[in-house]
Amino acid sequence: MSADDDLFAGLDLDPADLARLQDRLADRATSADLVDVAWREVDSPFGSLLVAATRRGVVKIAFEREGHDAVLVDLATRVGSRVLRAPARLDDVTRQLDDYLAGRRHTVEVPIDLRLASGFRREVVAALSTIAWGHTSSYGELARAVGHPRAARAVGTACAQNPLPLVLPCHRVVRSDGTPGQYAGGVAVKRWLLAHEAAA
Amino acid sequence: MVAVAVAVVGEHMGPTSRSRFLARWPGVNDLPFDPVATRHGPTVMRVVRAVLGPTADADDAWAETYLAALRAWPDLCPDSNVEGWLVTIAHRKAIDVVRRRRRHAVPTGDAPERPGADRIPEPVDTHLWAALDRLPDKQRQCVAYHHVAGLPHAEVARIVGGSEAAARKASSDGIRRLRGELASTEEGP
Repeated sequence: MSADDDLFAGLDLDPADLARLQDRLADRATSADLVDVAWREVDSPFGSLLVAATRRGVVKIAFEREGHDAVLVDLATRVGSRVLRAPARLDDVTRQLDDYLAGRRHTVEVPIDLRLASGFRREVVAALSTIAWGHTSSYGELARAVGHPRAARAVGTACAQNPLPLVLPCHRVVRSDGTPGQYAGGVAVKRWLLAHEAAA
Repeated sequence: MVAVAVAVVGEHMGPTSRSRFLARWPGVNDLPFDPVATRHGPTVMRVVRAVLGPTADADDAWAETYLAALRAWPDLCPDSNVEGWLVTIAHRKAIDVVRRRRRHAVPTGDAPERPGADRIPEPVDTHLWAALDRLPDKQRQCVAYHHVAGLPHAEVARIVGGSEAAARKASSDGIRRLRGELASTEEGP
């Protein structure tokens, strides 16, 4: 087709027009209930966050280093393949995340969908919201709080696989010696969040 | 990762290696619609614009194509060529619009009541639209799907019907006629 590119240059779409068409598609697809997973990217001080929601609520927040394409593939397999970028549907959680990261609010309160965490892991991540802004808990303390005092290691695994970091504050769970411990976003991000909450 | 999976499943593979590959990997219908299908947005627009001109009708056909594709996505055959599939849908949606236009093109002196129903395309490159519009349907479609969307002749033949050789001929006849028409409009009075 290269020899005829000159003939058809007028068919190409302006990137702004494409964005406008995609936004309208997202609105129409949402009204027609055709979207299993709506997603958007949200800027943060530590890179782009991927935020995704089902009909029930926010289902996944992923850090840049997890690879957004890989996360979308995982969501398509585990939730449903009708995955569509639909920023308007995520306006509320986006605004609250912005406010949280700017220190203007201490909790992100949105409907959540915990289907990506099951069994014990689900119990653990659900208990995270009891740890308030600016406070920390050790893995052992959280294990006791969920009634499995000897499961500190399993609690650590559950926290590392928390599908909703920031909304369910797994960064507030640290090692008993006070060092941060592991984090899906990386230890540097965990340190940033702990310092952010300690400063405000 | 998405791009790699689709490229590998969709193309450059014989049927045997493809089925062996698919036994271990998800089909395209298990992959996220966005970005796997939406990254062909510009190609789909080129196709509907080639048939309808750069009009609001083309925007509608683009949106209808993607809504239909999103609806059907989970049931799509796992080893489909996503781009060819989207172009097939875009083809049908564009034809629907052409049929609707003809139905609404009432031969009276009255002003059109429906905006866009028989609107003249924006004068972005009017000569091209006019020339494309004068091509016989089959030539216009073959030109659109091969030269504009970049699909191989075999895929074009599958969409418009007929043999690969016929699609190749319609496409090259169409291009020759298009070039001739455009040259004469530029030189002519």
